[in-house]
Amino acid sequence: MSYKAKFKVWRGEGGEGKLEDFTVEVNEGEVVLDIIHRLQATQAPDLAVRWNCKAGKCGSCSMEINGKPRLGCMTRMSTFSEDETITVTPMRTFPVIKDLVTDVSYNYQKAREVPSFTPPADVRPGEYRMKQVDVERSQEFRKCIECFMCNNVCHVIRDHEENKANFSGPRFLMRIAELDMHPYDVADRQEAAQSEHGLGYCNITKCCTEVCPEHIKITDNALIPMKERVVDRKYDPLVWLGDKIFRRAKS
Amino acid sequence: MTQTTPEAPVRRQRAQVKVRTLRTDRWWLAPLLTFLGLSSFLVYGVWAIIDNSYFVDPYIAPFASPCLSSSCVEGARLFGWAPIGDWYTLPPGLLILGLPGGFRLTCYYYRKSYYRSFWLSPPACAVQEPHGKYTGERRFPLILQNIHRYFFYAAILIGLVLAYDAVLALVHKPLGLGTWILVINAVLINTYTLSCHSCRHITAGRLNHFSRHPLRYRAWTFVSKLNAKHQQLAWASMFSVMIADFYVRMVAKGIIAFPFA
Amino acid sequence: MEIERHEYDVVVIGAGGAGLRAAIEARQQGKRTAIVCKSLFGKAHTVMAEGGAAAAMGNVNPDDNWMVHFRDTMRGGKFLNNWRMAELHAKEAPDRVWELEAWGALFDRTKDGKISQRNFGGHEYPRLAHVGDRTGLELIRTLQQRVVALQQEDYENHGDYEAYIKVFAECTVTRLLKDGERISGAFGYWRETGNLVLFDTPAVVLATGGIGKSYVVTSNSWEYTGDGHALALLAGAKLINMEFIQFHPTGMVWPPSVRGILVTESVRGDGGVLRNSEGKRFMFDYIPDVFKDKYATSEEEGDRWYTDQANNRRPPELLPRDEVARAINAEVKAGRGSPQGGVFLDVSTRLPAEEIKKRLPSMHHQFKELADVDITAEPMQVGPTCHYVMGGVEVDADTGAADVPGLFAAGEVSGGMHGSNRLGGNSLSDLLVFGRRAGAGAAAYVDGLPARPKVSPEAVESAREEALAPLGRSGENPYEVHHELQRTMNELVGIIRKADEVAEALQTVEKLKERVRLVGAGGTRIYNPGWHLALDLRNMVLVSECVARAALLREESRGGHTRDDFPGMSPEWRRKLLVCSSEDGSSVQVVEKEQPPMRDDLITLFDRDELKKYLTDEEMAEFDGIAKKS
Repeated sequence: MSYKAKFKVWRGEGGEGKLEDFTVEVNEGEVVLDIIHRLQATQAPDLAVRWNCKAGKCGSCSMEINGKPRLGCMTRMSTFSEDETITVTPMRTFPVIKDLVTDVSYNYQKAREVPSFTPPADVRPGEYRMKQVDVERSQEFRKCIECFMCNNVCHVIRDHEENKANFSGPRFLMRIAELDMHPYDVADRQEAAQSEHGLGYCNITKCCTEVCPEHIKITDNALIPMKERVVDRKYDPLVWLGDKIFRRAKS
Repeated sequence: MTQTTPEAPVRRQRAQVKVRTLRTDRWWLAPLLTFLGLSSFLVYGVWAIIDNSYFVDPYIAPFASPCLSSSCVEGARLFGWAPIGDWYTLPPGLLILGLPGGFRLTCYYYRKSYYRSFWLSPPACAVQEPHGKYTGERRFPLILQNIHRYFFYAAILIGLVLAYDAVLALVHKPLGLGTWILVINAVLINTYTLSCHSCRHITAGRLNHFSRHPLRYRAWTFVSKLNAKHQQLAWASMFSVMIADFYVRMVAKGIIAFPFA
Repeated sequence: MEIERHEYDVVVIGAGGAGLRAAIEARQQGKRTAIVCKSLFGKAHTVMAEGGAAAAMGNVNPDDNWMVHFRDTMRGGKFLNNWRMAELHAKEAPDRVWELEAWGALFDRTKDGKISQRNFGGHEYPRLAHVGDRTGLELIRTLQQRVVALQQEDYENHGDYEAYIKVFAECTVTRLLKDGERISGAFGYWRETGNLVLFDTPAVVLATGGIGKSYVVTSNSWEYTGDGHALALLAGAKLINMEFIQFHPTGMVWPPSVRGILVTESVRGDGGVLRNSEGKRFMFDYIPDVFKDKYATSEEEGDRWYTDQANNRRPPELLPRDEVARAINAEVKAGRGSPQGGVFLDVSTRLPAEEIKKRLPSMHHQFKELADVDITAEPMQVGPTCHYVMGGVEVDADTGAADVPGLFAAGEVSGGMHGSNRLGGNSLSDLLVFGRRAGAGAAAYVDGLPARPKVSPEAVESAREEALAPLGRSGENPYEVHHELQRTMNELVGIIRKADEVAEALQTVEKLKERVRLVGAGGTRIYNPGWHLALDLRNMVLVSECVARAALLREESRGGHTRDDFPGMSPEWRRKLLVCSSEDGSSVQVVEKEQPPMRDDLITLFDRDELKKYLTDEEMAEFDGIAKKS
């Protein structure tokens, strides 16, 4: 039931480092994170890895396994063949601190730049009335466990460090969509989605959706609908004309 | 406040991994197949435009429908009209192909597929793209992708015409193989059109209170179901329109000729 | 080595539900607040809570109110609860949940647009506000986003996001510092860099969660090393009820790598049943006398309850957690367990596949991805797992203040609220209610201080030496010591306890203490997990000793404490709390303390017949006197 697997793990501090080879025992039913832990306990006590719940709920153990962004705790060893060498590297888009641990502060900065939920001033706690169908879209986005793998895989910043300043990444564009679709949110978010958070950088190549461990349809349900909302606002001459006439009629 | 997190300059670096990707699967296969598929469609389209045998009663090749100029064969004209008139002498397909073509060109799914397979931006997930700079759909020309919804309106009309063509064929030659090919094509083209992201937005996606618009919400739910299959419908309808178009031309040329053709 | 220094009014240790709620409150009261947490911001163990937050809003059943909730909580805790806490909790929970909604939380809805509430073990009415089965995530995200909202407000006003509230993520506190009797600071290290850090603060709120990592089979993450419990002990505060540890009845038992991970109680609430290897629904054999009239006695009645709750009693699968855990334990011991040593939890034959996916999406996902088991097609194998510690820092119910001036605690690290057993759903509401109270308590304490306590350089120096010590030693591998502690606690002070076994555990713990002093960690200070574990071991061993000593003293079985040699519940013991303290941090003492009697207006909320099961004759006589008066 158990066998020796070949692993290559990226080890190093602050960018400098290399792939190190390990041979390590694997038992039935284990996941990649278990193997990393076994390495810690038996061969490399200072091997750095972030983890927490080990049940795919907290989004801490994001790493790249055979080049693909994955949660270490959700990648079963049975998905690999026994003679395969498994390569484990830190997320590529973020600066590395040590081994598999990266500095994900980019994400927290971007989170801060999205204006918070803004309810109407006259609704008091306990008075909210929302229908289930009206909250379901935003609820899907709130399943996000903030593993930041969507931001990691997105080529806009993965391959172009310089875009980081102007692009919030799928995670936070989705957060904007979540708030924009919230039945009680009154803030205007569409203009800023394009001008400040870089929605226009997205070329909907869907890698964010592919890697999402929560299977959130980020592209189809958040980014594209948000793009369409931006079109309403900025690029649709008919809507623009309609608004003009409507507003004139009102005033 | 005394300070923030200490920032050693060395921490600002990514892990130095020299290769474009560490993926070990055949990640290049999907973009390659997409490239071949879309290319074949383009090549076929060019040929179909210059090919003149687009009509054989009661079939009209989808690439040439609606046929709007007086250079069109009598039976091929939409409701017998020829609104464009005599001056137009180029192949009739050229007049209208821009509409379904533009619809597909700006379609959210096709964008994904050709950005990946033609422009390699990125070729596959977690595979480095070969470009030094990337600006996305923020400026000309790609900012024009935002007019997708107008192509959607046009595509609805074209879809209706194709459906009308299929009904005509059904009336005149219910047992023809071509009829059924046109019917299937019309169904696929129209479902593809309805499954469009813009359509989803227009039905109710733009609203924040579904519960106040039950009818629009139902339409949205329906379109959302189709939308989940947008990619499959895009390919299915692309091949069906090619097959249907090719079949009609082959019958028109007499290359395919059997009683129920 | 330079030590980084920060000055704050309130330092909150822990960024789970309680910590964030406390920090939000302190900041809203104008205090400069730091949140220090071992993980990244938003990763705290609260995300694991699945079922919901219990609050008597009465949205689904209008008969529900705080008094019913209070009764359920006391009943669940076997009347050992700090009744004032249970009262405040039941009264304030609805406001705390509604407040979340105003901060952006999106709970599942009822038909008329209110927050939907679901059934849960031990709760008389549907009471748990929830979002599918990921309520904890919703709660933590909402609080996290509330912190961000406050930071944005500060940015508007002061041009600095972190002017009034700052998160120190991946930072561990190893010592609380005192100026005389009062708290004056907290000392710790950055996990990322290994740099040392000192917080100069008059008030510390502990919100560090539980102690599960002292056990092998646990649903808790690595963070749950009892840091807050130990910090409080070392600072001179007291812990109560440490013998009461909740074993969640249904943890995954297969595959080994996910052993311990929870299967939410909602599976049972939504129709899942427990069967042994003979296919029998064994829970009907385990309904204790105190619950006889509240639970169905036949499968037919139990099944009818899912659709008609007004006219049927609930199935025994929904008994309080300790009862279910003990029943499963007994079945497995009797040889009627599943192949991997659990029992079967089956929902696949009870609900259509689509319905299961809709109601239990993250359970379906968890089993599919982690264990390759499709819960819509086959039963799950489950067994008890160490889940929650009822015991913790003894605090004042209204303010969360501990014995030590300037020290506050909220959430799992505090003790008393849940008595001997916590009801499912009561922890999320506990976090909110007492997180807020501790934050407010700390703010008020700071306001009332005549002068800021000072940090002494000697205390800092000894904390520094202690923190760096494992790095300088080439001693034993900390992982080995940790495993031995986990094995000891799991086997000897686990779900069923015996005097001789617990005594043996205490001997082992004594030896482990020695070994902990000698563990060494190789490598540098940068993100070095071996070093981190070596430091956490001190806390785990200290807390384990408290648990074992208290477990040895309490000669009865109640809630999360089951003594094989004293199987019954004793009304005499109900009046006693076991209080744990430490003189110098090298060992702990446990002494008895009398539980204050319940306030008259609260005790009269109960039926005489029910009280009879818990109270002594003497107490019953007092009750009769009160009842006559009113």
